[in-house]
Amino acid sequence: MDIIVENITKTYGLQNAVDNLSFKVKTGEVLGFLGPNGAGKTTTMKAISCYLSLNQGDIQVGGYSVSKFPGEVKKHIGYLPENNPLYHDMPVIDYLKFVAELQGVDKSKIEGRISEMIRVCGLKGEKHKKIRELSKGYRQRVGLAQALIHDPEVLILDEPTTGLDPNQIVEIRELIRQIGQEKTVILSSHILAEVEATCDRILIINKGKIVAEGTSEELRRQAQGDEILKVCIAEAEKNEAFEELNLLPTVELVDFYSDGGTCFEVHSKEGVSSAKPIFELCVKKGWFINELTPIEAKLEDIFREVTKN
Amino acid sequence: MKQVLIIMKRELQSVFDSLLAYIMIVIFLGFSGFFTWLYGADVFFVNQATLQSFFSIAYWTLFFFIPALTMKQIAEERKTGTIEMLLTKPISDWQILWGKFLAVLSLIAIALALTFPYYLTVWSLGPIDNGAVWSGYFGLLLISSAYISIGLFASSLTNNQIVAFLLALFIGIFFHILFGILASSFSGSASAIFNYLSLSTHYDAVSRGVIDSKDIIYFLSIIFLGIISAEAVMVKRNIN
Repeated sequence: MDIIVENITKTYGLQNAVDNLSFKVKTGEVLGFLGPNGAGKTTTMKAISCYLSLNQGDIQVGGYSVSKFPGEVKKHIGYLPENNPLYHDMPVIDYLKFVAELQGVDKSKIEGRISEMIRVCGLKGEKHKKIRELSKGYRQRVGLAQALIHDPEVLILDEPTTGLDPNQIVEIRELIRQIGQEKTVILSSHILAEVEATCDRILIINKGKIVAEGTSEELRRQAQGDEILKVCIAEAEKNEAFEELNLLPTVELVDFYSDGGTCFEVHSKEGVSSAKPIFELCVKKGWFINELTPIEAKLEDIFREVTKN
Repeated sequence: MKQVLIIMKRELQSVFDSLLAYIMIVIFLGFSGFFTWLYGADVFFVNQATLQSFFSIAYWTLFFFIPALTMKQIAEERKTGTIEMLLTKPISDWQILWGKFLAVLSLIAIALALTFPYYLTVWSLGPIDNGAVWSGYFGLLLISSAYISIGLFASSLTNNQIVAFLLALFIGIFFHILFGILASSFSGSASAIFNYLSLSTHYDAVSRGVIDSKDIIYFLSIIFLGIISAEAVMVKRNIN
């Protein structure tokens, strides 16, 4: 099921939490939602899951508009809210049963779905405990289990891995990837590495607007533009190498690398690569290349670049 | 309707899983039993085989008892955020409210059913007017429904359970007694209006065995007004 968000605006008082935001998510895609606090991630997710209505614009989930057919949309969405609210006085298994019934899971299938979720989310030892007695990580798993219980077409996860230990994080990411192959997933996170590891496409929003969009490679390329290489040359005189590199036709700029050795940061001219000319130069001069690596902009840098005020 | 029943079942499960339901029922039975059998204008004092003294004391105990049950219904869901979880499932505010309404009403019905031994005792003491007993219980269920919907409305207004409790009592006291007092201190049409608004007028009529459509309409209006207002408050999150 595709999600189409069209020009949505949501205002709290005088502030626009979401400002004319539009994007699409296709089936089988995992979309990562990034943004600083208060960027409008949670508001957008709440709007998609029919909890909040919008001032302007519309969202379509599988062709159903959230404002006109919320009942139909809700049936196909599994939603894990940000702070993962649960009924603390209920045992895990009763809670899952309650949610399954609410979601209209067929009576004969409820038992099967619950045991499946308990297996998938690793809740076997905890299923008869009251939710109050569970640790944060296990509660998060219960939250995930309730979102998945009716095998939804669309999964919306607001910071799904908070409170989990590293092993669990890896498991949950793996699970999300797996689900994301057939279903539509939107997840938000503060952890950039997580978004990079799980998402096919990344959307960075700031102050309710999209500031960057694309796969993590695309974002890097956008942020970086031209090629930057780190070149380390042994057995060469520092200044001579610097000058020779500068003379290469494809090179725009050469910098000494900060460690003070014979390493350089070589910025190429637009659209060309300097790797081959550098190699040929070194062969000609009889220099020995220790290192020749492209320098990639980190997602953190991009994030900071596009969301700074 | 199915969704309403699912909510109702969960609510009942949760009160019976905690001590709340049992404490409430024991207090209710203890309180009304004390005044029905032992103290004041009790059955022996009246010297008639009637449950009238029970009905007039239950009128008061339910008034305090119900806000204590309804106070947490919406307030707590909002405070813990579970309302967000509920409302992103295929269910409407309206269905949630009715589910909670029916859950509290069933709890009251259970508490009232447990006073059945009172009836048996009085019945063994002398000739009892069965019609009056049934209409008395019916009247209690009607006022309970009215107070439940007022309580749900109060609970929807705030995140704080104590505030919800006091608010429910505050709104309730008007219907419970203040309108009656106002009716007797005015005359003419003002008196008639206040008299109509007073819950006790209608309760007295019903519990005497006179079930008039006028009284039923009165109770139904309070019930629906309470639930509709509660829904309006809940949906307010969407008003920009």
